[in-house]
Amino acid sequence: MKGIPASGGIAIGKAFVYSKDPLRVSPETIAPEDVPAQQAALDAAVEKSREQLLAIKSRAGEALPEKEAAIFEAHLMFLDDPEYTGIAREKIGMELVPAAFAVKAVTDGFVEEFRAIEDEYFRERAADIADVGERIVRNIQGAAEADLSLIEAGSVVIARDLAPSDTAQLDRTKVAGFVTEVGGKTSHTAIMARSLEIPAVLGLTGATREIRAGETVIVDGDEGTVITAPDEAEIEAYAKKKKAYEAEREELRLLTGAPSVTADGHRVRLFANIGLPADAEHAEKNGAEGIGLYRTEFLFMDTDAMPDEDSQFIAYRRVLEAMRGRPVVIRTLDIGGDKELPYLKMEQEENPFLGVRALRLCLKEPALFKTQLRAILRAGAHGDARIMFPMVSGVDEVRQAKAVLMDCKRELAGEGAAFDPEIKVGIMVEIPSAALTAEAIAKEVDFFSIGTNDLCQYTLAVDRMNAGVGYLYDHFHPAVLRLIKLVIDAAREAGVHAGMCGEMAGDEKAAALLLGLGLEEFSMGAASLLRVKRAVRGTDLSKARRLADEALRLESAGAVRALLEAAGGTGSRG
Amino acid sequence: MVSEQVRIINPTGLHARPASVFVKAANGFRSDVAVISGDKRINAKSIVKVMSTALKQGTDIVIEASGEDETEAVRALVDLVKGGFGEV
Repeated sequence: MKGIPASGGIAIGKAFVYSKDPLRVSPETIAPEDVPAQQAALDAAVEKSREQLLAIKSRAGEALPEKEAAIFEAHLMFLDDPEYTGIAREKIGMELVPAAFAVKAVTDGFVEEFRAIEDEYFRERAADIADVGERIVRNIQGAAEADLSLIEAGSVVIARDLAPSDTAQLDRTKVAGFVTEVGGKTSHTAIMARSLEIPAVLGLTGATREIRAGETVIVDGDEGTVITAPDEAEIEAYAKKKKAYEAEREELRLLTGAPSVTADGHRVRLFANIGLPADAEHAEKNGAEGIGLYRTEFLFMDTDAMPDEDSQFIAYRRVLEAMRGRPVVIRTLDIGGDKELPYLKMEQEENPFLGVRALRLCLKEPALFKTQLRAILRAGAHGDARIMFPMVSGVDEVRQAKAVLMDCKRELAGEGAAFDPEIKVGIMVEIPSAALTAEAIAKEVDFFSIGTNDLCQYTLAVDRMNAGVGYLYDHFHPAVLRLIKLVIDAAREAGVHAGMCGEMAGDEKAAALLLGLGLEEFSMGAASLLRVKRAVRGTDLSKARRLADEALRLESAGAVRALLEAAGGTGSRG
Repeated sequence: MVSEQVRIINPTGLHARPASVFVKAANGFRSDVAVISGDKRINAKSIVKVMSTALKQGTDIVIEASGEDETEAVRALVDLVKGGFGEV
C-alpha cells in the first residue's frame, strides 16, 4: 500500500488499529430484580472512566497546553452530571433497560441537542459528550478500549486521523510508526512525527479497514509504503534498510556542530521552523542557527479564548531566550484557509484559500493584530525577534501592516514599555503576485522568506491535500523555480535578505539547485537540518549555479528532477 | 427562594472553561440552583445542560436558588458571571 511519506525512517512493528467502531447496544428489557446489578455496572463503568480520564488528563497536562487538559476536565465533570449519568441511572429502573442502553439513549439525546445549536463552537461539543458516552458504554461492556495510552512498545499506530487530543495520550516511546488515512506532510500528525523522528505514512485510504490489529506491519516513511503481513525476506530487507537509516542518523549527528559552508567555502545559514516554544530546544539540538519560521497559530488554536498580550509575550520570549541571541522570525497569525479559531467568528467562504486569510484577516481585525504585534515588539527586547507577515499579495498590504506596526511602537513608547524599536520586518513570499512584484516590495522590508508550500499551491493551482490532483504538486516545476529566482534577485538588488521557509528548503535534493539560484538562508523542520547541511557541504557553488541555469530553462518538473538525478554527483552526495 | 438577573459579558459566553467554572461553583452549594434563560430552566449543577443551552455573550440569565445557602449561592454565581470569568 502506498501513502504520503510524511516522516522518514523505517518501522517494523505490530499494528495497533485505533478506530472507533460504532457500538452495538441492544434495547432488550431487563427483569426488575436485575436493576440493582445494572445500576452497579453503570457506577463501576463511571468509576473506570474516571480513572482513564484522569490518567489521560495528567499526561495531557504535562505534554500540551491547557486546551486538552480543559477538555478532559469537562469530560470528567460529565461523569458526575446529575442530568446525564444521573438520568441514565434512573432510566435503568424506570424503563427496565440495561445500563449500556440507558447511557446510549441519554447520550444520543444530548448529542442531538448539541448538534441543533447554531453556534459552531457549542455545536462541536456534541463530539465531547459522544466521546464520554462511548467510553462509559465500552467500560460497561468490558470492550477492549481503543485507548492510545494502552499501546505496547513497538506498536505501529494505524488510525483514520490523529487529533492533538489523541496524540496527547500517546506514550511516544512506545510508538514505532504512524499510518493514517487522512492528512499530508503539513498535518498535525506529520509535524509531530517528524519532530519525534518517528516514521509516518499518511493519506493511506482504507488503512484502518485493511490492516488488522496485531499483525506485523512495515512502514517506510521515506518511500511512503506500508507492507502488511510481510514475508521473511521482506522483513529482512527492511530490517537492513532500517539499520542503514539509523547508521546514517548517527553519521549526521556528527555534523551538528560543523559549519554550514559549501565545498568551495560559501557560508549559508540553516534555520529551523517551529510551531511551539518547546520545539526550539529540538531545533537547537539539531544545530539550528536561528528560527526562520515560528508559526504562532498553535498559541491561538490550543486555547478556547484569544491569548492576551502577556501570554503571547511570554511564549515569544521563551523562544528568544532558548535561541540565546540568535534570530527568531515570528510569523504573524496565519489563520483562515483550513485553519479556524473557535472563538473568532469567520464568514463561511466559498473559497477560503483565496479568502480572508492570514494578513488579510489581521488587517480586518486590528485589535487582534495589534495585540500580537505589541507582544512581539516587547519580546524583541529579549533577543533578536523579527516580524514576518504571511499571505502578502502586493506592496499596499505591506504598507498597511507597517502602519499598524508603527502605531504599536508609538503606543508602547508612550507607555514607557521596553521593546525593540528597530525590529526587522519581512514578508513571506507565497503568492505569485508578490514574487512577480518583489522588486517593489523589497523597498519596504528587511527580508523575504519564500514559502514554497503555498507558492506551489497558488502557482500550480493544486490543492496538495486533494488526492485527485496531488500528483501535480511539485516544487521542482520550472514556474516555481523562476519565481524563486525573481525573488532572490530582487532581494539581492535591494540589499535585503532572501530566505526560504517552505518544505523545499528542507528537501536535500533541492539544496544544490537552491544554492545555485542564490539562496543563502534555508529554514526547515529540525529533522531535515543535518541532511541539508550535508548536502550544502557537498555542493560546489560554481557548479550549482550552472545546474540552476540549466534547470530554469527546462520544460517540466520531471525534466528538472531528471537533471538533478543525473547531476547527483556534483549536486549533493546524498 | 432567592433569584437575581445578570448579563453574560465574557466574549465566548458560557462555553467549556467558563461553564465548568460555573457548574463547579454551583455544586459547592447545598441549595438547588437553576439558570433561567427565556423559557428555559436548567439545572445549574449540570455541565451538560449548561453547555447545551449555549448561553452566549449578551444573554440575560436569572440565577435562582432554594435551600439553606440560597443567598450565598446566588451571590457567588452572579459575581462569577459579572466578573466575566477572567476573560474581560
